[in-house]
Amino acid sequence: MADEISLQVNAGMHTITASPETPLLYVLTGDLGFKGPRFGCGLGQCGACSVLVDGVEIRSCITPTAAVVGKSVTTLEGLPAYYAARMNVTPAPELHPLQEAMIVEQAPQCGYCYNGQIIKGAELLFQTPQPTEAEIRSAMNGHICRCGTYPRIMASIQRAARTIAVERVAVANDTEEPANV
Amino acid sequence: MSESNDLTSLARRDFLQTAGVVIVGFSMAGKVRAQPQPVGANAVQRGVVSGPPDPDEIDSYIAIHADNTATIYSGYVELGQGGPTALRQVAAEELDLDLEQVRTARVDTFVSTNGFTAAARTAAVGCTELRAAAAEARRVLLEAASMQLEAPVGNLTVAKGVVSVRNDPRRAVSYAELAGGQSFDRAFEQVSYNGGIELPRRSPDNAVAKDRDAYSLVGTRVPRPDIAEKVRGTYQYVQHVRLPRMLHGRVVWPRGQGAYGISNPTVVSIDESSIDDIPDVQIVRRNNFVGVVAEREWDAVRAARQLEVTWEPFAAALPGHEALFDSFRSAEADDLTDTDDGDVEAALSRATHVVSSAYRGPYQSHGTMAPNCAVADVTADAALVMCSDQGIYQTRDGIARLLGLPVEKIRVQYYEGSNAYGSSCYRDAAQAAAILSHEVGRPVRLQLSREDEFGWDNYGPALLSEIRAAADANARLVALDYQAWVGAAGGLTTTSQLALGAAPATDAIYTIGPGVDGPGGAGLFSVHPTHIHMYDVSNRRIVNHRVVGTGRLRVGPLRAPMDPSAFFALEGVMDELAYAARLDPYEFRKRNISHERWLGVLEAATDAAQWQPRVAASRLSSATVVAGRGIGLGTHHMTQNQGDRITFAAAVVDIEVDKSTGTVVAKHVYGAMDCGLAINPGIVESQMVGMAVHGASLALHEEVQFNETNVTSLDWGSYRTQRFADHPAVTMIVVQQLHEQSSGGGEELLPPVVAAIGNAFFDATGVRLRQYPLTPQRVLAALAAGSTADPA
Repeated sequence: MADEISLQVNAGMHTITASPETPLLYVLTGDLGFKGPRFGCGLGQCGACSVLVDGVEIRSCITPTAAVVGKSVTTLEGLPAYYAARMNVTPAPELHPLQEAMIVEQAPQCGYCYNGQIIKGAELLFQTPQPTEAEIRSAMNGHICRCGTYPRIMASIQRAARTIAVERVAVANDTEEPANV
Repeated sequence: MSESNDLTSLARRDFLQTAGVVIVGFSMAGKVRAQPQPVGANAVQRGVVSGPPDPDEIDSYIAIHADNTATIYSGYVELGQGGPTALRQVAAEELDLDLEQVRTARVDTFVSTNGFTAAARTAAVGCTELRAAAAEARRVLLEAASMQLEAPVGNLTVAKGVVSVRNDPRRAVSYAELAGGQSFDRAFEQVSYNGGIELPRRSPDNAVAKDRDAYSLVGTRVPRPDIAEKVRGTYQYVQHVRLPRMLHGRVVWPRGQGAYGISNPTVVSIDESSIDDIPDVQIVRRNNFVGVVAEREWDAVRAARQLEVTWEPFAAALPGHEALFDSFRSAEADDLTDTDDGDVEAALSRATHVVSSAYRGPYQSHGTMAPNCAVADVTADAALVMCSDQGIYQTRDGIARLLGLPVEKIRVQYYEGSNAYGSSCYRDAAQAAAILSHEVGRPVRLQLSREDEFGWDNYGPALLSEIRAAADANARLVALDYQAWVGAAGGLTTTSQLALGAAPATDAIYTIGPGVDGPGGAGLFSVHPTHIHMYDVSNRRIVNHRVVGTGRLRVGPLRAPMDPSAFFALEGVMDELAYAARLDPYEFRKRNISHERWLGVLEAATDAAQWQPRVAASRLSSATVVAGRGIGLGTHHMTQNQGDRITFAAAVVDIEVDKSTGTVVAKHVYGAMDCGLAINPGIVESQMVGMAVHGASLALHEEVQFNETNVTSLDWGSYRTQRFADHPAVTMIVVQQLHEQSSGGGEELLPPVVAAIGNAFFDATGVRLRQYPLTPQRVLAALAAGSTADPA
């Protein structure tokens, strides 16, 4: 039966009415109108529906909405702000460095899987800011791209890692500044 | 970069050019002609009257707006392969506009020209037509400018849509001032084709297209605008379309199709009480078409899963995927000799090296990233359908039949879904949405499930190739005999078949064109002379055996239809001949190819790979993991679409084989492709990267599985695809041919990649595997059988 459920998505609180076992995907797309997470298989196999929950990538198509109550959900729409907050980057960039890199690399073709590729790639870069090729291959293996753009996703993650390395230095310098003022 | 149809009107202005007495007229947009044509809109009727518009009118392709921008209305859609960006480049180039000044309109049966986005047609046909229309538009605009500026056309120059007098730039007028918001109202002779061959144009008065040496936009790597939107998450896929009062719909189909035309899904009963616990769900039935609609999507999903429908059991009419090829060989077939030149048998009998081999290529799925989706709003006398069809006018015609409405009452708009690479179930989704909306009287968004899409796809057909080839003592080809057994059936979409309650003809796939309800096209699933185009051989024969006497699956075009299998076979046999002659496979091909463009891609790919000449399988190792490399040539070509415009592609692939597990990994794919004028080499390269990975996926992983009653590979666990962890590195070479006609670059590298992987396996192991995908099970069996390295 339908319940009133409060969810934190992209730093905002949303109250919706749904049965608690409804997969999060249908709440995000149907009730809240997000375009990032999207239906691909409904089986947790492909990764098109990925979101971050407390910073960890999950498959929203098989995650009951009740399971994320009290947690923080980040969709593709909220990723740049989440990145800025977590990395202490101000002002918040318009896009996550991985998104910028994917535009430079002209990585996607149909782009349908890119919600998940970006969410998973961002999770990897939070956990391992300078991943090796082997670490990238391993981390990304659960995300299917049927256009076959894996080589360009790889190049994009590596490019983003370089950007993040520069930004981390900049952030570190910023945080040291007050002592010098 | 899409826009709605915002035609603003300006006052009519006529220009009379005294010299030559040419009337150049711009008529007021929005002025409705006395009697609108029921079919055939021009600019005046755009968005109001059902198309397609007259192909011989500039207005059908291009509009100039008051802000000095232009919109193009070509009916070629974004399939994720960048076609509309190429169209924009062509129009901007020809009109001397900046790329940012040109956008494409959403493809729509009330707006767009009649294009079918498939088989290289965007580059080969769509861009050619648009180039002709844009050249004509530019001439009209310059004639008008000549009047206004009182200077001969020859003294005018154009930049960013502003016409000025050479050496006197203050005398200038913009396209907007000349024609903004008005229609051209000018007919011209469009390019026409016969059997895919571009015909000479009859009128001596056609505008001359820009000299290609003067190109500044065409041939450059401008970025695709949709990519930034896709990465940002703002792109509007069909899955995102929402209409007021819209319901969510799902179809209820049996789990996995049976033998096409034999196992026709038939409803015995529906237990409506099985979904009593789900509120507000409506069951829709039309003949054997069953669906559900609900306010909330999850309720529709649950109801479709839970609804108990009893179907008549499918007949045990399929051979099962393991016994498929034996069934082809023993079944009744229609035989069609395509080519019979010279004396094949005599040449075979006196040759030094003879190879006779059978190669097998499986049914494979489109495996769209997302199952298809469509939104329909059907009222008593009209319908709006938003969907992801490669041919909106074909969709319209099928829906009109299903709804019993005249075609001009059906408006179809294209929204991109996920990758298709051919006829996935997009038309099923559009038709199902229309039926559901028609039945419930509200807009319906229909989303197929993963299982629907995998189970009822129009698969790429299975192909059995028996090839005999022979070479003389100098390793020159003297005979080639290609016997093909094709397992293909189709004709009606699943939705049409169910809703009409029709038992379809089982061989319709061979006689229909893309304009009919189902996918396909005459000759699409046959081997023809282009398949052996690269090799110089005078004694040659091609016979197509169209299997009819056994159960087959529903098929349709899948990226380079049938040709990954055809070139896996042909190039495998060429490698076998090279090995029989103890010759480096590259050297063997050079010796037997004289066509410069085939040699060009072969050299480009082997150069990129730093090919070292040696006989295949000459470095066998006893290690557990062994490496090999192979060459493949190939293309996809359909005369009816491309005429004499052939794309040339070559690949070299490095692989590793783990002899203990049977796992094959493609490590590096080197590719070269010559698709004539590459309008955007960046997009071509991007396609090549995708084909390298897609090719590895086809060669190593993808195979539709089925038992005797129905298809059983219904998810990503049972239908395997290339994954990220072991995807190949890629090196791609775009061979630019500025002065050749564009022949398309979205599918032609796929066959060479599959072929090269097959040849690399022999190089690595000394064992020839003539059936793909090279799955661990198949590899272990082949290695255990200890097939000799010597095919003789």
